[in-house]
Amino acid sequence: MAALQQNQPEIVALPADLSFKRDENYDLVEKFRSMAEGIGSKVYQVNAMEEIQAIIAADFPEAKRIVSNVAEVASSAIPAFVLSENPHSYEDVDVAIFKPRLAVAENSALWLTEDRMGVRALPFITQHIIMLVEIATLVPDMHAAYQKIGIDDYGFSTFIAGPSKTADIEQSLVLGAHGPRSMTIFMYS
Amino acid sequence: MSETTKTHPELAEIFNKDEERVDWHDETLWWIRQKRDKSAHSIPEWELLRETASQIKNNVLSDLSNYLVQFEKNAKANGIIVHWAADAEEHNQIVHGILQVHGIQQMVKSKSMLTEECHLNEYLEKQGLDVIDSDLGERIVQLAKEPPSHIVLPCIHKKKEEIGDLFHIHLGVPAGTSDPQILTETARQHLRETFLTRKAALTGVNFAIAETGEFVVCTNEGNADMGAHLADVHIASMGIEKIIPQRKHLGVFLRLLTRSATGQPITTYSSHFKKPRAGQEMHVVIVDNGRTVQMGREDFRASLKCIRCGACMNTCPVYRRSGGHSYHNAISGPIGAILAPNLDMKKYADLPFASTLCGSCSNVCPVKIDIHQQLYKWRQVIVKEGYADTSKKVGMQMMTFTLSSPIVYRTAGKAGRWVLKHIPFAVNNHFNPWFKQRDMPEAPAESFGEWYKKNVNHK
Amino acid sequence: MMRVGLFIPCYVDQFYPNAGIATYQLLKKLGVDVTYPTGQTCCGQPMANSGFEHLTNDCNRLFVDNFAEFDYIVSPSGSCVLHIKDHLHVENAEAEATSVRTKIYELVEFLVDILKVKDLKAKFPHKVGLHQSCHGQRGLFLSQMSELVAPYFSKPEQLLSQVEGLELIALSREDECCGFGGTFCVVEEAVSVKMGKDRVKDHLAHGAEYIIGADMSCLMHMEGILKREHSQVKVMHIAEILNAE
Repeated sequence: MAALQQNQPEIVALPADLSFKRDENYDLVEKFRSMAEGIGSKVYQVNAMEEIQAIIAADFPEAKRIVSNVAEVASSAIPAFVLSENPHSYEDVDVAIFKPRLAVAENSALWLTEDRMGVRALPFITQHIIMLVEIATLVPDMHAAYQKIGIDDYGFSTFIAGPSKTADIEQSLVLGAHGPRSMTIFMYS
Repeated sequence: MSETTKTHPELAEIFNKDEERVDWHDETLWWIRQKRDKSAHSIPEWELLRETASQIKNNVLSDLSNYLVQFEKNAKANGIIVHWAADAEEHNQIVHGILQVHGIQQMVKSKSMLTEECHLNEYLEKQGLDVIDSDLGERIVQLAKEPPSHIVLPCIHKKKEEIGDLFHIHLGVPAGTSDPQILTETARQHLRETFLTRKAALTGVNFAIAETGEFVVCTNEGNADMGAHLADVHIASMGIEKIIPQRKHLGVFLRLLTRSATGQPITTYSSHFKKPRAGQEMHVVIVDNGRTVQMGREDFRASLKCIRCGACMNTCPVYRRSGGHSYHNAISGPIGAILAPNLDMKKYADLPFASTLCGSCSNVCPVKIDIHQQLYKWRQVIVKEGYADTSKKVGMQMMTFTLSSPIVYRTAGKAGRWVLKHIPFAVNNHFNPWFKQRDMPEAPAESFGEWYKKNVNHK
Repeated sequence: MMRVGLFIPCYVDQFYPNAGIATYQLLKKLGVDVTYPTGQTCCGQPMANSGFEHLTNDCNRLFVDNFAEFDYIVSPSGSCVLHIKDHLHVENAEAEATSVRTKIYELVEFLVDILKVKDLKAKFPHKVGLHQSCHGQRGLFLSQMSELVAPYFSKPEQLLSQVEGLELIALSREDECCGFGGTFCVVEEAVSVKMGKDRVKDHLAHGAEYIIGADMSCLMHMEGILKREHSQVKVMHIAEILNAE
């Protein structure tokens, strides 16, 4: 096994500096919404859970398997997530529902920790992803986000900003590369 | 492979034979530069952000050995298995070793320029293993049996019709398909099967956090996650310089990275891997491969701050008009030109000269690497080490002689003008590279010096 | 009164003396005591940029000898001035070299920052395309570069706005490099020419009758292309415009 290669004279220690900027005061909901829609997500502002269930039924009429990681949205049509040993067993999930811990207005990124995923593969392997965003969890930017996250422990966590995509073919944007083809966001107070 | 023996000017000349194609390549990348501009301008504190990132990286480089030790300690505590590789060969052996232990013959890979640098795919294929690149752009160049031409946009040099042809041959789409939607859907189906069946997944590392022993992988496609979360073994390859000190620093870098690269506010996925999944093995391979040597070069050390965004390539007027393959190196463009000579000065002696030193690159670099100044300095080193060709050396000696003596200079100048005026074909011919596509300047009747002497009364 | 030493780049001296003459006449018009030391040759940039910086000591020595006595050194060339500012070193005469580096100015920055010219008596009633030479712009900060998120300013434009009748055209790409780059223009001939052609195309597409700038090297390169294309468009150094009556 190769040893540490730091035999080379490294360097003058420079001072570490950390400066955070916090500038704009914009409407977080407006900003979040416009960024999310700009990236290709569908955004609904709702007042009650029943609304969510109704919209899901309407938007995904052909979904055969819908799984929810959010207890309040579970129903007979939308079963709660049940952990299976094998992550591959989720490969036929059409729609999966999650509730991220944080939402970042500057780029519509949603912080989803492992404990809210069910299994790590689920947010990626599902054909369509639904995120429930509580407005109180909105923060203006990434600095604020990491301030809230602090040194929380997790095995895995991710920022998800929208549906998966690629522009590798002549810079034409295509939604639904390997991860979900669509992202639907429900914002509520 | 003949391409490895050709130099940048030769390859660039070939690239320029198809002017329409050059225009297409140039305009596509310029458009990405413009998207970057728009995105940067939407953040009033952008320049402060760049300065902060630059200082954080300066600090990292100044204390890298300690940060690496810290990272290893914390990663191990998280249950991650940490390996150290002195060079490309060792990296490849380690990866192979891990796969062998598990009896794995097939692996899915997401984007990692480090593994391009190490030629991992070639190595593994020689050992009889099957490696599939899952990033769409990488998959395309893999099918085309080419290296990527850009560190972020691997197949930016390919037109959709060409991609359609590749997919027709390899993935069975009807001939003549060129709709990006259809092609992407085809790749999605084809690679989904790969994700579900591969027991090992290899990813790159965008950032490795010393404080917490976690690492971050950024993708738009979600392919790194699809691979890692479905595989029994996840291997992450990183260069030693990918370290950042604390988790909160990600706020700075994640705000800069994608905006600099493509103008997007953030990649779709910024995945933080801290511990292996239950029942999974997670490995990190930390690679040196010349980085410590570069660290010892005071003038060029700053090139290790690079976060591989590609902004320098998108803005470089030379890159846009010569294409990534002209740099005959895994990492092309301006950053490639200051990293590569460290690895092999003879092979890459041409790269620092493939620039007009316009300075655009340094000013889009999110971590403020003084790229164009390093290009100038590399030229001095390359000449000093003897890699300039002899004719150039002789020409330069003559120039020094002429320009150090006013009398010689004036005589030479007058002679040159006389030749240009009276025997133009001595200069206006195919041996004069200037003349190939440009007219020579006209020879004036007198130089400024002569005019001054005649017209100005001076003491 | 301040004494100014005029530094004329080697290729301007030999091939574009009008730019030098215009510079001299303009400075005289503005009441400057300007002298052209006749022993000067070159700033050494062609050798240094090709990796032969280590051969430039004699050239540098000659430069310092010619110009040390002046209060300011002014030159109609951004790239030469930047080179001197960044790279002038003379063995055993570092103090003199440093002094020279601190008092050398490119013409436009001298007119705007030192002389603070506000009302030039100049006339040039034509459509003009301004080429922002890279060294002048990104090196000497003659104008804001498009890469930075920072307020716009332009010293050349400040001067050109004082020229009667002059119409400055807009460009699609404000500050892309023309492709001259010193020996780059022959070492990477294909790319250099393509870059020049694209720049010229941008100017022509926006109706330029003249392409002007503060660096004759860029203009020489574009002129070579214009002439090969049999265009009627001419290049001129900004000094000639500011000196035009």
